[in-house]
Amino acid sequence: MNSDCIVIAGSNMAECHPVAFQWVVEAKRRGATIIHVDPRFTRTSALADLHVPNRVGGDVVFLGALINHVLSGGHEFREYVTAYTNAADILPEEYVDAEDGAGLFSGYDPATRSYDNATWRPTGERDLTLSHPRCVFQVLKRHFARYTPERVQRACGISPQDFSRIAATLVSCSGRERTTAWVYAVGWTQHTTGVQHIRTAAILQLLLGNMGRPGGGILALRGHASIQGSTDIPTLFDLLPGYLPMPRPDDVSLERYLTRIPDTGFWGNKRSYLVSLLKAWFGDAATAENDFCFGALPRISGDHGTYRTVLDMIEGKIKGYFLWGQNPAVGSAGARLQRLAMAKLSWLVVRDLTVIESAAFWKNSPEIATGELRTDQIGTEVFFIPAASHVEKGGTFTNTQRMLQWHHKALDPPADARSDLWFAYHLGKRIRARLAGSTAARDRGLLNLTWEYPESGEEAEPAAEAVLQEVNGRGPDGRLLSGFAELKGDGSTACGCWIYSGCFAGGVNQTARRRPHTEQSWVAPEWGWAWPANRRILYNRASADPAGRPWSEAKAYVWWDAEAGQWTGHDVPDFERGKPPDFVPEPGAAGPAALGGADPFIMQRDGKGALFVSAGLADGPLPTHYEPAESPLVNALYKQDDSPVAKSYPDHPATHNQLGGAAVYPFVVTTYRLTEHHTAGGMSRTLSRLAELQPELFCEVSPSLAALRGLENGGWATIITARAAIEARVLVTRRVRPLRIPGEGVIHQIGLPYHWGSEGMVTGDTVNDLLPFVVDPNVFIQESKVATCDVKPGRRPRGPALTDLVMRYRREAGLEEDR
Amino acid sequence: MDPRGRLGKWPVYRQLTGRDQLGRGTAARSPGTEAAAPRTESADRVVSSICPYCAVGCGQLVYVARRDGTDAVTQIEGDPDSPVSRGRLCPKGAASKQLVTHPGRQTTVLYRRPYAAEWEPLSLDRAMDMIADRVVAAREQTWQETWQGKRVARTMGFASLGGATLDNEENYLIKKLWTAMGAIQIENQARI
Amino acid sequence: MKHQASVASRLYGRLDDVSGEAGYAEHPPRVGFFTDTSVCIGCKACEVACKEWNALPDPDAGVLKLSGESYDNTSALGASSWRHVAFIEQGPLDAGAPAAGGLSPADVLGPALAGLASPDSVAPATRWLMASDVCKHCTHAACLDVCPTGALVRTEFGTVIVQSDVCNGCAYCVSACPFGVIDRREDDGRAWKCTMCYDRLRGGMEPACAKACPTDSIQFGPLDELRVTAAARVQELHASGVTDARLYGADPDDGIGGAGAFFLLLDEPEVYGLPPNPVVTTKDLPAMWKWAGGAAALLVAGVAAAFAGRRP
Repeated sequence: MNSDCIVIAGSNMAECHPVAFQWVVEAKRRGATIIHVDPRFTRTSALADLHVPNRVGGDVVFLGALINHVLSGGHEFREYVTAYTNAADILPEEYVDAEDGAGLFSGYDPATRSYDNATWRPTGERDLTLSHPRCVFQVLKRHFARYTPERVQRACGISPQDFSRIAATLVSCSGRERTTAWVYAVGWTQHTTGVQHIRTAAILQLLLGNMGRPGGGILALRGHASIQGSTDIPTLFDLLPGYLPMPRPDDVSLERYLTRIPDTGFWGNKRSYLVSLLKAWFGDAATAENDFCFGALPRISGDHGTYRTVLDMIEGKIKGYFLWGQNPAVGSAGARLQRLAMAKLSWLVVRDLTVIESAAFWKNSPEIATGELRTDQIGTEVFFIPAASHVEKGGTFTNTQRMLQWHHKALDPPADARSDLWFAYHLGKRIRARLAGSTAARDRGLLNLTWEYPESGEEAEPAAEAVLQEVNGRGPDGRLLSGFAELKGDGSTACGCWIYSGCFAGGVNQTARRRPHTEQSWVAPEWGWAWPANRRILYNRASADPAGRPWSEAKAYVWWDAEAGQWTGHDVPDFERGKPPDFVPEPGAAGPAALGGADPFIMQRDGKGALFVSAGLADGPLPTHYEPAESPLVNALYKQDDSPVAKSYPDHPATHNQLGGAAVYPFVVTTYRLTEHHTAGGMSRTLSRLAELQPELFCEVSPSLAALRGLENGGWATIITARAAIEARVLVTRRVRPLRIPGEGVIHQIGLPYHWGSEGMVTGDTVNDLLPFVVDPNVFIQESKVATCDVKPGRRPRGPALTDLVMRYRREAGLEEDR
Repeated sequence: MDPRGRLGKWPVYRQLTGRDQLGRGTAARSPGTEAAAPRTESADRVVSSICPYCAVGCGQLVYVARRDGTDAVTQIEGDPDSPVSRGRLCPKGAASKQLVTHPGRQTTVLYRRPYAAEWEPLSLDRAMDMIADRVVAAREQTWQETWQGKRVARTMGFASLGGATLDNEENYLIKKLWTAMGAIQIENQARI
Repeated sequence: MKHQASVASRLYGRLDDVSGEAGYAEHPPRVGFFTDTSVCIGCKACEVACKEWNALPDPDAGVLKLSGESYDNTSALGASSWRHVAFIEQGPLDAGAPAAGGLSPADVLGPALAGLASPDSVAPATRWLMASDVCKHCTHAACLDVCPTGALVRTEFGTVIVQSDVCNGCAYCVSACPFGVIDRREDDGRAWKCTMCYDRLRGGMEPACAKACPTDSIQFGPLDELRVTAAARVQELHASGVTDARLYGADPDDGIGGAGAFFLLLDEPEVYGLPPNPVVTTKDLPAMWKWAGGAAALLVAGVAAAFAGRRP
């Protein structure tokens, strides 16, 4: 609402986050310019000032060219860049940029398809004039020099005119007086280069001085009620609560483990975070003498992500699988492989509101129809345990703004339905009871686990508030902590997730606060509770200049009050409250004390915004354009065509997962959601109110593609990739435009919403069957936004003929036969 | 004649004797119209909640009425106090009463035996015991104390995939229990 | 005396106090909907909120089919769809990348270029119009005027509702509506349409659709105030270059005496499936009455019979 320009890219905000879009509408009425970059003209585009269609998979070129525009035109917010970013860091001579390495950085090992980042580490010298040829700023300039409007046209299909408009608007809507916000969603993340899309935007926003300021930033629009919470308190394989990494085999001691985390900045307090977590989990059993039970944590040794795990299921390595409100038979890429995998399990537990496709795969999956699976040959034992709905249990969701909001229980769940809290708690109780008295070393952690929560009612529902209190943390006297600053590394405090510490400050459930927005400031700090420390904008120290004054009156947010000797403003300052702007750290200082008074990015080891990332990324220190795993174009910028480090599991014997040839699969397919449905459909195709609004799967095609392939509006089409063939109704629409690429011809893109499956009130083919297992190397998110396909008029074949069709295409494309 | 009596309720009588001479307003009002009132007024309680669909986190008010000894949700609508949503909801949020009350909801445990063609009923208690037995057995059979000579203390015998409509408290107990069991293959919609 | 106005003026032309005309001595201000389609995102929250509040019947799952008309699968207002979002796709078919050309300072986007109406606009002018249609709650409502049973009634709020405990399903109203709004339900035969959530209004609540609407495209309030708001919004849009903006149904001197539910449109009404100049179909009823005087008495008798017939 405070933005002067909002660029929505990789997101269909009006469709997928309609209620949040009210703020965009409001900003527009106040004069902000709204730009939407998206392959399709969507409900978001309909209200934007400018919609620019682009080719899926070209985002780094587009964003990189904007960076080039800023740098080559001298449009960067120089004072901000010099003071608040690592632009001045000088890189070692050994560092070789992708610019000079044909698209590869120094340290690449083709055998392991991975980088050694030793040559990426800055030397420690800085050049505040930003003129040293090896300073980050100059490296950045050279790196992005080839990202020109002409290359944008070639890689994205965006005209130089449209590009220049966007670039000029961004520059004019950034600086001291104005700010621009970027909004993205899974249109950026679901790529083999997903993390680099966000990185490119971050560089751009840092250069324009749009981070940590009102109306600025990069907003991730997350698609599920607590998807933010699911990473904060991660049900993810490589993280512990609060973004602490899972231990690895080399972490033979707690001390050794801690060396993997930075010593300076707020990560410098790492010991207090981890020890407090171990105290919360293992209680009195966790002592300094036994490394606080650090040894009880299992070690990860690589990729244990969901796609790897599913392949292990197919190989019969995994016996059991729990699905908690998740429907991979429809919602995960390569959905056919998901179903084949479940057919190899010994047992499967599905917790949901309805009998979803993943619970009924043994009965109704498409593979039963093709003859690939037979019900009487599937040995999987399936337990469907009904779940409680959101009004039948108390607890918190963390929204896309990192805000925890408590939802109160309104009534008891029906019949056997129970909360997932109940299920996890009682399952744990029963398992622990079975192992009681065991002396096996492997059972010690489980038996030492703190697993006593107050129970209530006939069903013995555990108290969610008690769990949240454990997450918040307690001091030695049992008092609930006021925030993570109170955490200690000596075992005297216990805290289940350090970034959530303070959510129960003062013994009050801060997440349940409901002070009406009409009765408080526009920041609304007394509604719910945002981590960390109830801050609503992260790194908001950057909203003031190095001396602590607001950059402008219009954009004042947090500033230094010299008289009071502290930071103040509209929000909770994301900075040590009493640290003055001119504070200079002692040499060798650790933790937050190692950061100066003008170092706003307090989670970074140097307190600077990272234009250049020297550690932590698998695919390079600077964003570099690589083509999607399946693409009709070759890389217009580098010899290296696709991501050299993307994971594609080529060695795995799973059928159909190989990538397709462009000649046989000439069109681009992209997948997405509709307002009227929710992900895999379990919460929408089951409801008449929503089912009737979008009753059938459809594909969106341009009039010229329809003419080319003989597709009729309202008729049927069959879409074929190297993995599968599905059928969909046809929507011929001028909202999908073919892209004319100079020197390449026309790129046709086909849009497919992915909500359908075999169960529910309205059914249809599963779009995720079309997509391969190929993932980003940093976070293991699949590339479901782009693949190549063919499209034909008419319905798909039935029975084994469907498999034959897929195979015929594969033979033509020169891919391997089914094994 | 008592205008509140039977004749008084006859619209033509009211039309001819009242101010509504064309019989299009007061004279034509039916008992149903006279009794019209929002059903939210008869709720026994109103509970603050949050929409379970996307991550915007719109505030919801859940109206619950007790009928014949059973609680029922009679309405869910936006909470106007919320600084996020100001009382507004999208079509999914506006359908969330149906999410809770729709007849397709499966509210009892179902069990499918290996190779069976149909579901069968099972008690919740028995199901919980059977699942606990299977977890304990799988863990025992697949325990990996070392990997490439290094201690890893883990099992890869069973996996978990969560949806992102899990509460933080639920995720916390799942992660805590799984980690204590040495189970590492735990993933979430957050990465899908 | 106010209530002795000529029959003609009660059926056509400007009428400032619809509730008073319907016999309400004391009544709240007339309320209505202002649907600003320039901020509609076509989410259909209005359709769902309406159906949920009014417990409208479910469709038959077996007949749910994609309409093929953009994102509109509701297709029309009806007995069980009291809000309907229309989707209209406009613009060149397959407009490709534009020819090369120079840039001027005006190429920097700003409010003045909103809507891409300017001639030097680079991107082709694709538009996707969305509009949530609803019963117009006409000042002169033909459905109400023709109803022989008194099932249709003007409320104290100036809205028009069908009383389902009176309606006998004669369907005169269905053919009388100039907008094709009111409709009979197949199973029970009675006529149904938007009540502007009469029950909620009685409880001081706003209608369900207006409350849910994420972008405030559907605004609810006293009609006088909405008309002022709407006029200002048109001016605002015109000033920002959206010269297509116009109001529909806001004029109290139009053929229905002004609508209680009116719209801001970005194109001609026909584009949205709305009649360009709706006229109350009972406009000429008085003349017909003169011609066939006895018919009125007959009608009264018919009303009595119909009313009595509903009694157990």
